[in-house]
Amino acid sequence: MLLLTLRRLAQMIPTVAAVVLTIFVLFSVVPGSIASSMFDDGRGMDPQVMERKRKELGLDKPIHQRFVDYVGKLATGDLGRSFKYDVPVTQVLADRMGPSLKLTLAAMAFAIVIGIPLGFFAALKPGSLGDFGTMVAAVSGLSLPKFWLGLMLAYLFALQLKWLPSFGYGDGGLRYLILPAVTLGVSPMALFARTTRAAVLEIMNADFVRTARSKGMGEVRVVSWHVARNVLVLVLTAVGLQFGALLSQAVVVEQVFSWPGLGSLLISSINDRDIPAVQGCILVIVLFFLAINAAVDVAYSLIDPRIRYG
Amino acid sequence: MNVGAPLLEVVDLRIDLADAGLRHAAVEGVSFSIPRGETFGLVGESGCGKSITALAVMGLLRPPLAIGAGRILLEGREIQALPQSGLKRLRGRRIAMIFQEPMTALNPLSSVGRQIAEMFVLHEGAGWRQAQDKAVEALRMVRVPSPERRAKDYPHQLSGGMRQRVMIAIALACRPALLVADEPTTALDVTVQSEIIDLMQELCAEKGTAILMISHDLGLVARMCRRVAVMYAGRLVEERAAHDVFRAPSHPYTQGLVASMPRLGARAAHGRNRLQEIKGVVPSIAAYPPGCRFHPRCGSASDVCRKVPPEQTGIEGGGTVCCYHHA
Amino acid sequence: MRLRVNLVMGGALFALAVGAAVLAPLIATHHPFLDANLMNSELPPGSEYLLGTDKQGRDIYSRIVWGAQISLMVGVVSQLINTVIGTMLGLTGGYWGGKWDDFVSGLTNLMLSIPSLIFALAIIAVLGRGLMSLLIALGLTNWSFTCRIARASALSLKSQGYVQAAKTLGYSDMRIMLTQLLPNMVGPIIVIGTLGMGGAILAEAALSFLGLGVQPPWPSWGSMLSDARDAIITGQVWIPLFPGLAIFFTVLGLNLLGDGLRDVLDPQSKVRSA
Repeated sequence: MLLLTLRRLAQMIPTVAAVVLTIFVLFSVVPGSIASSMFDDGRGMDPQVMERKRKELGLDKPIHQRFVDYVGKLATGDLGRSFKYDVPVTQVLADRMGPSLKLTLAAMAFAIVIGIPLGFFAALKPGSLGDFGTMVAAVSGLSLPKFWLGLMLAYLFALQLKWLPSFGYGDGGLRYLILPAVTLGVSPMALFARTTRAAVLEIMNADFVRTARSKGMGEVRVVSWHVARNVLVLVLTAVGLQFGALLSQAVVVEQVFSWPGLGSLLISSINDRDIPAVQGCILVIVLFFLAINAAVDVAYSLIDPRIRYG
Repeated sequence: MNVGAPLLEVVDLRIDLADAGLRHAAVEGVSFSIPRGETFGLVGESGCGKSITALAVMGLLRPPLAIGAGRILLEGREIQALPQSGLKRLRGRRIAMIFQEPMTALNPLSSVGRQIAEMFVLHEGAGWRQAQDKAVEALRMVRVPSPERRAKDYPHQLSGGMRQRVMIAIALACRPALLVADEPTTALDVTVQSEIIDLMQELCAEKGTAILMISHDLGLVARMCRRVAVMYAGRLVEERAAHDVFRAPSHPYTQGLVASMPRLGARAAHGRNRLQEIKGVVPSIAAYPPGCRFHPRCGSASDVCRKVPPEQTGIEGGGTVCCYHHA
Repeated sequence: MRLRVNLVMGGALFALAVGAAVLAPLIATHHPFLDANLMNSELPPGSEYLLGTDKQGRDIYSRIVWGAQISLMVGVVSQLINTVIGTMLGLTGGYWGGKWDDFVSGLTNLMLSIPSLIFALAIIAVLGRGLMSLLIALGLTNWSFTCRIARASALSLKSQGYVQAAKTLGYSDMRIMLTQLLPNMVGPIIVIGTLGMGGAILAEAALSFLGLGVQPPWPSWGSMLSDARDAIITGQVWIPLFPGLAIFFTVLGLNLLGDGLRDVLDPQSKVRSA
């Protein structure tokens, strides 16, 4: 298994390199120099000041030189200095990572714990009212704009019923996490329910399930010994894919609930034209996403012997 | 010789197919019996209903198929109306089944050893460790080389013939009285086919297990079975000793089938001849002709054949046939 | 049975949205932003202002109806760009193979490694706010699925007999791709395009909500919601409720339509509803 993990991580390297290159290219192509975006408030800038700033930021060097410098800095964990806060970007990011992780994991947990069993039960009674209802709910869940859902939930639970706080991280307690996590987790939950349902229906009609029954197994054993793992394999793909979407959507949800994570940092940095911070955020988010994908791949090969012993 | 009550008795079985509100009788009026330890063949073309008859015996029919009428008796007890809980107790223990496609019939995520071991855990109350050991013995019994290593393999790592051996090991693990084999060799190479058939016959003879062999392969059934039943379009048309069916077929359909078998050495003996065929095609379930279902393709069809379906009548030498113009 | 329900309901909802967009000048009761009257701000739904007014006294109903034009336009255009890019890349990559295919595959993998909304945000960060940036950002970040499908189709189809025949007849590559291969991929591409449009509308709404999409004073359903954040606290729930419902029903319509089309055009796909 260690070998597998290492191999998978090695496969990540070219992708990471490509991502770093893309981010660099994207942000170096900024029309108008980076220096001027620092002072983008409409005031004419003194050309001498601008020239000085440019030298400071190394913007006068040719592009390939800048790229080498950039990669070099990345290797040492230096993501530059935030324009706005004038501290290393890494410092700004560090504070925000914890809340982002908490939110993403909580949302995923919610989606898995509710979505998969829901899909399971819908599949066990196909065509029933419960099944139909679940599927309608699933499609709706996928069509909801998250920020709107967040607002509506906040309205209902925080303002009308006053059960939960409506925004912010507060003391880091669970109460503050619930609304954002549920808001973020609704559409993956819907997707998992649908995928699980389709997977269960497909597996329950498979030949080896018929064999299992012919052996004299009761339905409960058939499901636990034979159906469950096969369904898991099919659902795992969906789970892995959803992480990416989750990371994207977290950006919006963090805004709605003023959740102090990477996402809201990204937005405020964009609004403040704090390019190093934007670059840093995006890099971290994408790297995290790639790491999750690698982890899902490894998990996959652990569960499915066809991949392990191919 | 086997005496006493037959092991399996199927009486006037009807299987219905529900199709958008309508119900068609996919299989109708099928009756046969299998004594203890006997090898019995059920032969017919694709779509004649032989596989679903086998599934009905096991109680494995799923919607839209269901048993519509008739009785199935196992060791004298009626089982066609048993709830799943009752059927569960019989399956694996008194009756077992092996299927046509060994690749898809085994759980791809579970080692073959474990899938065999399940039988011992389910039916003999064995612990897993003990069951795994017994599974290795079972693999040895079906002549899988290096059974200890093989037991840890997954289905996709084995060849088709090996997988079918695993299926046989599973089916015979708890010494059932009846083994239902649904075209077990159709998906295998010809060379492997006879190995598997020989294995089945040997093991079943040893344990006294009767075999209900479903096949479309006449040659196979002729070699293997003592008695043979021929099905056509959901009905049983002839049921006799294997030897008699092939030497002197009585129903026009069987006659056509036997005549159409190419014989080794026939060309040398009789010169080049066209392969015989039965004209026409098998009717679909929704469009079974009235009267005898074979009449549109039968050379001897007469008026009564077209209107009234024939009954199963006894024939000299033992057995039944379903025809007004049987030989 | 269920698939027809999908098609009908989805089609109806989407048609409703399109209808509202197209007929906006006729069915709006007020101007979306020039009729702002601070005296009338934050009124609940009533006879004059069908769905109430927002903080700046603008009629919500009219803004929703005009917003349909913008949101739908962005959704359609960006998805169209995505489909064209994805199809072209996938088709040529699969058909020509070799280094070009390696490049296309690599590019697709790269795109799939970066969550699309994040990428869109990055592009907007660089290009600045505005409608143009929005269309570029959305149009350049969502073509990967289409590309994969087109490429897989091209790969499997290019060894078909009729394609080989066309080649020996001297058909140019372009002609083969357009006349032989493309028609066979149309089904799944339409399905992904429809579902993608729903995604594009959600993305546009999200970006506008964040202030990075359609800029004021033009109404976009998303930006209407960002104006409404404070309204929740003071209890004027209608201000965010109706724009949100508009997004929801439009996207729901597209999702149902896409599902229905998938059942009809691409029956082998795994996620079946029946």
